[in-house]
Amino acid sequence: MLKHRVIPCVLLKDWQLVKSVQFDAFRTIGHPTSTARIYNSRNVDELIVLDIDASLHNEEINTEIITDIADECFMPLTIGGGINSIEDIYKVLNAGADKVSINSKAIEDKNFIKKASSIFGSQCIVCSIDVKKQNNHYKVYTRKDGILDIDPLTLALEYEKYGAGEILLTSVDNDGTTNGYDLELLDYFQNKLSIPIIINGGAGTPNHCVEAIQNGADAVAAAYIFHFSQYTPNDIKFELLKNNLPIRIF
Amino acid sequence: MGNLRSVQKAFEKIGCDAIISNDKEIILNADKLILPGVGAFKDGMKYLNELDLINILNKKVLEDKTPLLGICLGMQLLANKSYENGETLGLGWIDAEVVKFTFDTQKLKIPHVGWNEISFQNEQNKLFANIDNHKDFYFVHSYYFKAKEDVSISTTDYGFKFTSSIAKNNIFATQFHPEKSQTDGLQILKNFWEL
Repeated sequence: MLKHRVIPCVLLKDWQLVKSVQFDAFRTIGHPTSTARIYNSRNVDELIVLDIDASLHNEEINTEIITDIADECFMPLTIGGGINSIEDIYKVLNAGADKVSINSKAIEDKNFIKKASSIFGSQCIVCSIDVKKQNNHYKVYTRKDGILDIDPLTLALEYEKYGAGEILLTSVDNDGTTNGYDLELLDYFQNKLSIPIIINGGAGTPNHCVEAIQNGADAVAAAYIFHFSQYTPNDIKFELLKNNLPIRIF
Repeated sequence: MGNLRSVQKAFEKIGCDAIISNDKEIILNADKLILPGVGAFKDGMKYLNELDLINILNKKVLEDKTPLLGICLGMQLLANKSYENGETLGLGWIDAEVVKFTFDTQKLKIPHVGWNEISFQNEQNKLFANIDNHKDFYFVHSYYFKAKEDVSISTTDYGFKFTSSIAKNNIFATQFHPEKSQTDGLQILKNFWEL
């Protein structure tokens, strides 16, 4: 049986790992390579690393740091931030990433997803959608342009059609709050997609992860909980297991 | 074909020097061959054709019996053909086809991505030495290997039981990614290296 994944998600900014609250108020939390090593030794299911500066400042992808992180990872590694071309994807994969997470570029040009998935395979293409609520409606959000008049579910369905392999769905409102995932957002997406959803933003307790999976998430990503609480990825897994949700125990 | 570096560093981790190469001389002189791969079947075969490596691989693997480990797409390329984005002929070393997951009753998500367990077929293959049965490995694929000959050494359940690894003489292959499956994955690479 396929297991639900618990995925630490870490943010990169100026060569440092940071954590945000609602996509702002960044705090430095350590060195990327050592963090990757710790997660590897904790035998986590997967690791997501997003370079938040790259797309905001149109920065070149820093393959050196990706290589450093990838060298410590014997689990799947997804890299995102600043992916703007097929060439970028080659670079990131060659540096040791297994998947790329694409955000802004895909909003501008959905054909990019089609092209990327036909070259690298759908399994390699994670489409990341940041969501913010406006007047009680979910809207797509980017750090560069703020709230866009795009429905996130419509966008996700288009990504799926164009060959995305997974959707990384982040609630900007819940990000860093530790109040739990946006279950209403999950409900909005429930049974609509045929590709896996990784929910992100808001986990503060292992039980939040249970709720998210019970509400349709295939995998849970989290950052804050691992950096600022006593909980480890394994604590979450045991909580999932207690609730009869299949997870990988090693 | 994607994550070559991941595979190489996994071998480094177990103390084995793996060379990433498309150089015919290097391939001809290799003790063992690894055919990794993330990506589309058609592109994989196209590169092998364009680089003119198919004759050399046929010689090394089928005539010289050099051990080969195919990983993910590298396993699928061993089949006669794949139906990914049309029909494409593969290396044809194993009588098999690569077909997309379809489900009759359950609506399972595609790709099959994440950790799933493997159940040994027949007796425990030497590729799985020092690994317990039913351990989880990392999968990420939308197409699966449908063998028409008895080569399966493990199956995995995703809506139905499919072949998750194979062995035939000197040819070994896994649909999952040993290089991304932590300790047990590294053990498989070690077992292959020590063959």
